[in-house]
Amino acid sequence: MSASALNDIREEVLRISGANPKKCMSCGKCSASCPASFEMDILPHHFVKNIRDGNIENLLKSKTLWKCLSCFACVERCPRAVEPANLVEAVRLAVIRKKGENYLKVDDIPEFIELDNEIPQQLIVSAFRKYSK
Amino acid sequence: MQDLVKEKPFKPLVVSFCCNWCSYAGADLAGSSRLEYPAEVKIIRIPCSCRVDPLFVLRAFQRGADGVIINGCHPGDCHYSTGNYYTRRRMAMLFSMLDFIGIEKERTRLEWVSAAEGARFASVMNEFVGELREMGENKRLGDIRCKE
Amino acid sequence: MQRIGAFVCWCGSNIAGTVDIDAVTKSAADEPGVVYSAEYQYMCSEGGQLAIRRAVEEHGLTGIAVCACSPRMHETTFRKTAAAAGLNPYMVEIANIREHCSWIHKNRESATEKATILMRAAIAKLNLNKPLFPGESGVVKRALVIGGGIAGIQTALDIADAGYEVDIVEKSPTIGGRMAQLDKTFPTLDCSACILTPKMVDAAQHDNISLYTYSEVDEVSGYVGSFSVKIRQKARSVNRELCNGCGDCITKCPVKKANSEFDEGLSKRSAIYVPFAQAVPNIPVVDRENCTRFKTGKCGLCEKICGTKAIDFEQQDEIIEREYGVIIVATGFKPLSPERYGEYLYGQSPDVLTSLEFERMMNAAGPTGGVLKRLSNNEKPKSIVFIQCVGSRADAKKGKTYCSKICCMYTAKHAMLVKEKYPDIDVHVFYIDVRTPGKNFDEFYRRAAEQYDVNYIKGMVGKLADEDGRLRVIASDLLDGKQITIDADLVVLATAVEASPDVRALGTMLTASMDQNNFFTEAHPKLRPVESPTAGIFLSGVCQGPKDIPETVAQAGAAAVKALGILSKNKLIGNPCIAESNELLCNGCSCCENVCPYGAIEYTEKEINDHGNRNNRRVAQVNEAICQGCGACTVACPSGSMDLKGFTNRQIMAEVDAICRT
Repeated sequence: MSASALNDIREEVLRISGANPKKCMSCGKCSASCPASFEMDILPHHFVKNIRDGNIENLLKSKTLWKCLSCFACVERCPRAVEPANLVEAVRLAVIRKKGENYLKVDDIPEFIELDNEIPQQLIVSAFRKYSK
Repeated sequence: MQDLVKEKPFKPLVVSFCCNWCSYAGADLAGSSRLEYPAEVKIIRIPCSCRVDPLFVLRAFQRGADGVIINGCHPGDCHYSTGNYYTRRRMAMLFSMLDFIGIEKERTRLEWVSAAEGARFASVMNEFVGELREMGENKRLGDIRCKE
Repeated sequence: MQRIGAFVCWCGSNIAGTVDIDAVTKSAADEPGVVYSAEYQYMCSEGGQLAIRRAVEEHGLTGIAVCACSPRMHETTFRKTAAAAGLNPYMVEIANIREHCSWIHKNRESATEKATILMRAAIAKLNLNKPLFPGESGVVKRALVIGGGIAGIQTALDIADAGYEVDIVEKSPTIGGRMAQLDKTFPTLDCSACILTPKMVDAAQHDNISLYTYSEVDEVSGYVGSFSVKIRQKARSVNRELCNGCGDCITKCPVKKANSEFDEGLSKRSAIYVPFAQAVPNIPVVDRENCTRFKTGKCGLCEKICGTKAIDFEQQDEIIEREYGVIIVATGFKPLSPERYGEYLYGQSPDVLTSLEFERMMNAAGPTGGVLKRLSNNEKPKSIVFIQCVGSRADAKKGKTYCSKICCMYTAKHAMLVKEKYPDIDVHVFYIDVRTPGKNFDEFYRRAAEQYDVNYIKGMVGKLADEDGRLRVIASDLLDGKQITIDADLVVLATAVEASPDVRALGTMLTASMDQNNFFTEAHPKLRPVESPTAGIFLSGVCQGPKDIPETVAQAGAAAVKALGILSKNKLIGNPCIAESNELLCNGCSCCENVCPYGAIEYTEKEINDHGNRNNRRVAQVNEAICQGCGACTVACPSGSMDLKGFTNRQIMAEVDAICRT
């Protein structure tokens, strides 16, 4: 992806989230608070730093986007009101809004959800709605 | 006659208000560091930037000034603790009003220059006068009764 | 009409090199009011000054305009010259044709033109100058120190040693403050009480120091040199003169369940108590909220046992009125309560302590006798976790925006003390940055890490979880980029230093400005760090911003010296360039009063004779001793009644006109 396209995404992420990654002092409290961090390839504090530095490309492909539960523990506990979950959500939206690139394909499902009777149908339906264009 | 006037480069008349504690000292430092800035700038010493009455600015334009610049201490550094905050608010109002009546925003300026910023003082003055030179003479608000 | 003499200085070649001195001198002679103009090689020299004095005499000059260097350089010199020549020293104006002209312009023509204009502006202003007379006011030779911690004690001792009387007003029943609660001090690890208590005793025994403990400042009025203060001495219920400090009442008191403030609530005390054994003065106080006698009317055991009949349940608050020349604020701090950060389980688990509570626990005179134990089960902890920056360096909504400065060092100290006493305990410190600027500070921190094997982990703790009696610390190691969990027995939170919120009321009383964090603002952040912008108010210790003990003591001494600068004078000579209100024009709107940063403007009802029309009006009056001459009020005044002497509206207008006259 071209540098200007990436920068556009970065601008959009900042606009959608309304968050300011420059306020981050890298204390790591978001990562420490995150209940899903063990599943993530890029920890929340690192995610924030990547947005600040403009390293957007690897974020678009990162597992973190889809592992974040949007529980907002990081937003709640961040001492500097950086709102990491909003940034993650914004990048997620940036990916989702790209046409023709549905993240969730039927084949992908077993990778992170074990389809069994325990899982409500509605969750799968809403997941398709959420993770498609 | 017209041609003669044109040949002479335009020298804007600039009135600069400097607070005694920061900017005036900054201007002194620019002097002792021999940092050049245009001779069109004339400095008036005041105790604090908050002593600048909007009337002084109006008076300057009335008497033919092409630009007015007010210099104070950086926010938080005011010798009188809050004077420059008053200035900031007052001048925001005044400058928009002046802009409304035709004295462009570029002709009025509020700058923070500390006592240690001689170089900054010179560069601010160079920049300001440079802009005024491009803009040309200020024709608004001049008091025609006072022309000699 | 003025008779002005204009004097143009060559300053060797400094001015004469680029400015045509002759031209300036000649055109000065044509300016209105000028009766004499001259030039000289060095105006500031003996010869130059003599020339000015002679000219004043020969030509009957009423004002002197000097075209020379910056007024910041030689204004005082020429004012003295004017005074020596019999003129009012404020009849001098200076045109700065060196720093603002000859030194910055290379073109002789334009430099000369500018110098002429600057000369004109100075003369135009001088034409409107009036003699000014600085106000004088007396000085009460007594200082008030508000706060009896190490800062207040040190300031009081320094002032008292210089021979002036000092009163210390302390809110709690004893002086000593936070330092008295500490166990050891960094970076030398010497015992806090051993260095503090002698100072407390010195203060109590000093002939020039009076202690008002269990007292608060109720009201302050007046200005530098003569503040008038009302001190409320709260009812102790113990007669200070009769009590001999035997302590029988304390042992007999049946109430034993009141929380000890001194031990941060970790131990219990009786209802009649002294905060700690070395308290100064060693006179008990009845805590009326917990005392059975005050709650039910029954008991009075202490009254019965007291051999000197010192217990007095009828005692009332006493108001003491005193005059002071200066006031020193030394109100200190309190640690922020970490209860709002639910993830740290403070207040939910007894094994989560603040650093000050931990400090008490490590103290041999503390609630556990210096034995480190878990308060949940009284067992010795095997692993301790320290968490730094709790409430510091946060967004304003989530805590304090500043770095509390002392936490890195005291945490290193705590970690070291634990390791020293119990080498088998694992100590982990979670930090964001370790900040150790100070003499021997970084060495101290490195010793903790290198010599004592304290495990420093970069990263914040996400949360604590109570797991079967142990505290599971869930955190992130940022250097490894890994999530970690540590099972701890004790967690210590390095909470932010916070100015007590109730000092804001004091700040308002003193008209001393404060920042958004309730710290007092200094007059200048670099050059006047111990003075408040309000004349006569000085700042000592943490009330101005977070500080460690050596810095506090240094500032306390500096505040004392600044205060002595005023106390040692018999008269205070003010700056005459202050605001002045024209009572005929004043419409009583209070605009000036609202913008004045010093509270120098007051309104009074006064009979005004307006051209024979007599009526009572509310008019502004400027207190000459308080006004600093910033001029904020002059611009705010809608009726134009407020003006600034020495920089009047007309004077500045005249300067503008002179500059614009082409």
